[in-house]
Amino acid sequence: MDLTNVVLEAAPHFEGYVYPNEATPEPLWSVLIVIYPYITGLVAGAFIMASLVRVFRVKALEPVYRLSLLTALSFMLCATLPLLLHLGHPERSYQIMMTPHLTSPMAIFGFVYAWYLMAVLLLELWFDYRQDFVEWSQTESGFRGVLYRALMLGVTDESDKAVRLDMKLGWIISIVGIPSAFLLHGYVGFIFGSIKANPWWGNVLMPIIFILSAMVSGIAMCVLNYLILTWVRRKTIDMRCLDVMAMFLFYALVIDASIEGLDWIHRIYSAEEDFAVIRQMATEKLFYTLNIGQALCGTLLPLLMLGLIQLLRKRLPEIARKRMYFASALMIVIGVFAMRWNVVIGGQLFSKSLRGFMLYKMEFTGMEGWLVGLAVLSLPFIILVVMIKLFLSEKLPTAGHVPHDSPSV
Amino acid sequence: MKKKLSRRNLLTKLGLAAAAAAAAPAAKAAKATVQKVLVTADAPKGYDPKDHKWQMVIDANRCIGCGHCAEACKTENHVPEGHYYRTWIERYIVTKPKPGSAETRGEVLVDSPEGGMRGFGPPPVPKEDIQQSFFVPKLCNLCEHSPCAQVCPVGATFDTPDGAVLVDPKYCIGCGFCIQACPYGCRFMSPVTRTAEKCTLCYHRITRGLRPACVEVCPTQSRIFGDLKHPLPDDPLQNFFKNNRVNTLKPHLGTEPRVAYAGIDKEVR
Repeated sequence: MDLTNVVLEAAPHFEGYVYPNEATPEPLWSVLIVIYPYITGLVAGAFIMASLVRVFRVKALEPVYRLSLLTALSFMLCATLPLLLHLGHPERSYQIMMTPHLTSPMAIFGFVYAWYLMAVLLLELWFDYRQDFVEWSQTESGFRGVLYRALMLGVTDESDKAVRLDMKLGWIISIVGIPSAFLLHGYVGFIFGSIKANPWWGNVLMPIIFILSAMVSGIAMCVLNYLILTWVRRKTIDMRCLDVMAMFLFYALVIDASIEGLDWIHRIYSAEEDFAVIRQMATEKLFYTLNIGQALCGTLLPLLMLGLIQLLRKRLPEIARKRMYFASALMIVIGVFAMRWNVVIGGQLFSKSLRGFMLYKMEFTGMEGWLVGLAVLSLPFIILVVMIKLFLSEKLPTAGHVPHDSPSV
Repeated sequence: MKKKLSRRNLLTKLGLAAAAAAAAPAAKAAKATVQKVLVTADAPKGYDPKDHKWQMVIDANRCIGCGHCAEACKTENHVPEGHYYRTWIERYIVTKPKPGSAETRGEVLVDSPEGGMRGFGPPPVPKEDIQQSFFVPKLCNLCEHSPCAQVCPVGATFDTPDGAVLVDPKYCIGCGFCIQACPYGCRFMSPVTRTAEKCTLCYHRITRGLRPACVEVCPTQSRIFGDLKHPLPDDPLQNFFKNNRVNTLKPHLGTEPRVAYAGIDKEVR
């Protein structure tokens, strides 16, 4: 079944018939809206990674507990930036919180975001760091000393009882945080999945696919950060920690790939009205980003590599494993970015009349160009570097308590 | 004697206070909605949106594709130049099937050059190859369950009691969610105001007893407009529904469009 129309209007940015209002030179939601779910996914994934230590007591992952939380926070602080930059009237954005329209997924996202940032991430980090802030504020001077003293929020109690309370509260927040992380990114998926006007988006599996790909990208980002940090600091990698991280990454990727595969099987089998368009999208319009970027580079190759390591772990030398972990994690973070691109841009490359396609070539400059996109995407990494310097400094001794020393369930 | 504060008393008072607290925002919101209708759309003072129910229907059998409606809309509503349309016309050309193909029809060719505003040129295929050809005017479908109003994060786009779907340009944040949610491609982001724009049924006209610009200029009465709450004698709207079997666009989406069409083909989406 092919589209039964031919090009009647020869214009550079569309082919076939598209509604006149759709014949815009670039999609309404462009690269900034690609970055938004990508960043939010990394937050949710990195947080779940940290929760493995605190809630599920995976002791092997302790070396990356704080790094994961700081990764989540750095990305969380930038999550709304691409949204703001993209708005026609960013100065009115506060209305989303002041006069929210409660049937709008976007309005509710504001509250989900605020809840996650204020009630989960910041609180969990504070309870985890409080004792260290007290100690560091005594040893450090200058800007750092002032900062740690300020972050203490006036609570200087270091008694066993107080520290135990910190751990207990941190543990409770972490438990609340897991469904919150799912909610956060599931909700981003719902923003797209709820658009029934667009067959590429309107899909009940969309929130689940978003959550799973978020976990995959978040864990992969933590693997990369850990490898890069130990390399920069010339430290020895804790191979047990890395192996366990990669194991969780593999399992998450298996589930993610299965659900995304299921989505495609369903689309192909049910072959609804929009199928001709969807098939053309997958085989032509999004060939490189979908088949090469998302499926091959982001899913199949990492699955093979990580699966192979699961089978042959003891027989593979450390250096080979490290390289394979690095390569898989890098391919996954690129692949998940391609997935976000395919969802956001892909959904706007065909007409809702199902009779034509819009063409898109990204600009270099301008608000929706490469330059701004790269700047927004690098910002969380810059924040992460600052945070690592301030809160994961090698010079600062930590209190030594372990996050899983929380009260028994 | 000082009145004793009993448990029942306290609960009643608390209940009343809660009811008042709950009702106040609702009353405020209702008032704001009515005000918004009046302020946003330039309706005259004294216009009561609850006293009307506007509707537009299209008899595609009558449309000749002259494009006056699309042109009048652009002028009347100061629609930005370029590919921005509150209403437009599509031309459908169904070619004859290839001989021996065992098909009932050939290709379906659709176009809408400049939204049909300047009319249509000669068909892109020889006349003898054409099985059927017709025009379909498009506009906001005035959905009963409008997905655009549902998704607006701040409530800047809203259903009015009299059947229009409007956007408050002073409130819209320009996120574009409504444009994505409209299945019919009826909305666009105005490059001038950086807010979402769409057909208002010429709200500034209809609230003053005039007809929308597109209806006014249509030479064939292909666009039929009226007030369901104040039917005319021999009402064209009522006659339309009496004399035609009607269809709506994309009915499977459950948006319940109020703009009904007569004389359209299954290929029209």
